[in-house]
Amino acid sequence: MKYVDEFRDPAKAKVLFREIAALVERIEICKRRPLQIMEVCGGHTHSIFRYGIESMLPEEIELVHGPGCPVCVLPMGRVDDCVALAEQPGVIFTTFGDAMRVPGSKKSLMQAKADGADVRMVYSPLDALQLARENPDREVIFFGLGFETTMPSTALTVLQAEAEGIENFSLFCNHITIIPTIKAILDSPDLRIDGFLGPGHVSMVIGNRPYEFIAERYKRPVVVAGFEPLDILQSIWMLLKQFQEGRCEVENQYDRIVPGDGNREALEAVATVFELREFFEWRGLGSIDHSGVRIREAYACFDAERKFPVPQLKIADPKSCQCGEVLKGVIKPWQCKVFGTACTPETPMGALMVSSEGACAAYHNYGRLDLAKRATAQPAAAQDSAGEVAPR
Amino acid sequence: MNAPLPKSAERPGAPVRPRRGKVHVPTVTLAHGSGGKAMRDLIDDVFLGAFDNAALAPLEDQARFDLAALQAAGDRLAFTTDSYVVDPLVFPGGDIGKLAVCGTVNDLAVGGARPLYLSCGMIIEEGFPVDDLRRIAASMRAAADAAGVAIVTGDTKVVHKGAADKLFINTAGVGVIREGIEIAAQRATPGDLILVNGLLGDHGAAILDARGDLALDSPIESDCAPLNGLIEAILAACKDVHCLRDATRGGIATVLNEFAQSAGVGMEVDETALPLREAVKGFCEILGLDPLYLANEGKLVLVLPEAEAQAALAAMQAHPDGRQAAVIGRVTEAPEGTVVMNTLFGGQRVVDMLVGEQLPRIC
Repeated sequence: MKYVDEFRDPAKAKVLFREIAALVERIEICKRRPLQIMEVCGGHTHSIFRYGIESMLPEEIELVHGPGCPVCVLPMGRVDDCVALAEQPGVIFTTFGDAMRVPGSKKSLMQAKADGADVRMVYSPLDALQLARENPDREVIFFGLGFETTMPSTALTVLQAEAEGIENFSLFCNHITIIPTIKAILDSPDLRIDGFLGPGHVSMVIGNRPYEFIAERYKRPVVVAGFEPLDILQSIWMLLKQFQEGRCEVENQYDRIVPGDGNREALEAVATVFELREFFEWRGLGSIDHSGVRIREAYACFDAERKFPVPQLKIADPKSCQCGEVLKGVIKPWQCKVFGTACTPETPMGALMVSSEGACAAYHNYGRLDLAKRATAQPAAAQDSAGEVAPR
Repeated sequence: MNAPLPKSAERPGAPVRPRRGKVHVPTVTLAHGSGGKAMRDLIDDVFLGAFDNAALAPLEDQARFDLAALQAAGDRLAFTTDSYVVDPLVFPGGDIGKLAVCGTVNDLAVGGARPLYLSCGMIIEEGFPVDDLRRIAASMRAAADAAGVAIVTGDTKVVHKGAADKLFINTAGVGVIREGIEIAAQRATPGDLILVNGLLGDHGAAILDARGDLALDSPIESDCAPLNGLIEAILAACKDVHCLRDATRGGIATVLNEFAQSAGVGMEVDETALPLREAVKGFCEILGLDPLYLANEGKLVLVLPEAEAQAALAAMQAHPDGRQAAVIGRVTEAPEGTVVMNTLFGGQRVVDMLVGEQLPRIC
């Protein structure tokens, strides 16, 4: 497949793996402990597991799977709100596919659909707007979800609805922003991350300048990375090169897609329709200041939260769930107390088991081989106390 | 294998009973399911007209077969059933009728049986266009002819609007397994090779595409086809087929997991060896789907000793339904009950059973 196969070339990968192994030899930190690299975005996590990249990296590199799966970090209370909206009479509730299975405190959207709610899967907010045009006697609510990647298309859809004077369309806004979240991770007292693979598609919208504080203030290098396996390998190589040369900066591996200043039109649309919330609740991470957006007053008539009663109850994460520690790289998914026992992809308890992009689900689905190898090599490791990262 | 067909299935031939009834209204109503004259007209016009064979024609409550003839064809009877609820009813490469025949024929054939007779149960939502029903019945007949089977008994129900989605079809099938064929999932043995008969995931992609959500320029066609001819060719070329299954819902990932778990062995698949159409690859890329889990309706997974693999491959590639057949992997001792993929990068990952439905990722 053109423009895809080029980025999955096994021969080029071999060269990169060799180069990475050679670089690791020359990095001081790697002689004392594994270097922890966080891939912020769930799309990276998915690729890493899909291509078996982690198992082929030298032991001195440890990948920490970050918070960048918007489906995973959605708190239970917000799912309950979705269900409440979907169950309003006359409502067609539209959502991206992978939000269907996320468990609320009582049910998921999929269960709500089975119970009679009109929940429909769409590929774009414009599909939802089309449904509103076709069903003038129904209220069509779109479940707006995701980081800056999906925010512009939602904003543009609201602007389009306004331009056409469509009154039966509204948005349940759960968009979140990446920078405050990375900052919260950096401020966490148990931080162990040495460097970051920056989220490629978010950066396509916001550019790579917003990450500069990570290098300047927190002294952690960032490489904005693409999603194909060679992109990820090259980005890891670029990070290692910074460590080896003693540099600490923001670099852009994904420059075929990511402009340094981002996408001006997209940012304008976002700024027109949305404003920052004071705080937003994250599953596994708790409340983070300025980490979510809501619809501005001027567009209130498109805001499902203003149009309909929404319970907005805060539901605490289950106590035994250690998603927060996994997200911050303090423990590996398989070191969580409930991983694979009380928490599985069939019955997810924690955020990270919900979507295929969640670190725990990825380990559970794709990573069992590594687990089996670890269990044979170190029988005690799997039962280790949660606090310590066992060497691989 | 080539014993004469039992008499009652002899086709074609003029109907024994002259056709009488005719439907003169454009849509099916509850009257057509009432058991009265309207129902008789529907059966006469739509189903007898299309299926047309000696076993069906007397319209008794059951089809009757000569046991001796069945016995001459093999030493075991195979019996299966499947229901078809596909949406949309018509899609590139087929329709619900073709699917209902091919699916049940294939369920018989992958057990090594020679499919002979099918039943056809129709559950129709009131208001369904009679012409569409005629087209679907004709498509069932064409598929039955292609597979060399006869539809010998049937049932028609009409339900209130909303009680069913347009049309559901159930087909059951009977076939005969000849002596000496022992195909079973638990026979997968370390050292065996794993083969497929062609491009994977076409049906699943075609159906998703036909639902119109993505509006691709060039539609992907379903691979819906009867596999009994291909399977006869394989069985003629190979003495010892261990496992054989058609990879329908859940795709080849599901079949391989079933084999691995039944036999308590590992299954190792090479990503680079998987035959995939470029359009299906692209479709999966856009939607974030894994082609290993996409449904097929004309693809089988075959496991047999390495010594027989070349003969099986040659037999498949010589058959129209197996031109792009390929060896995709091998059976291993460990890890027990697990399917492992050697990624094109040289890494490894587990290919698990699917949890629920495959849902497109958001970004």
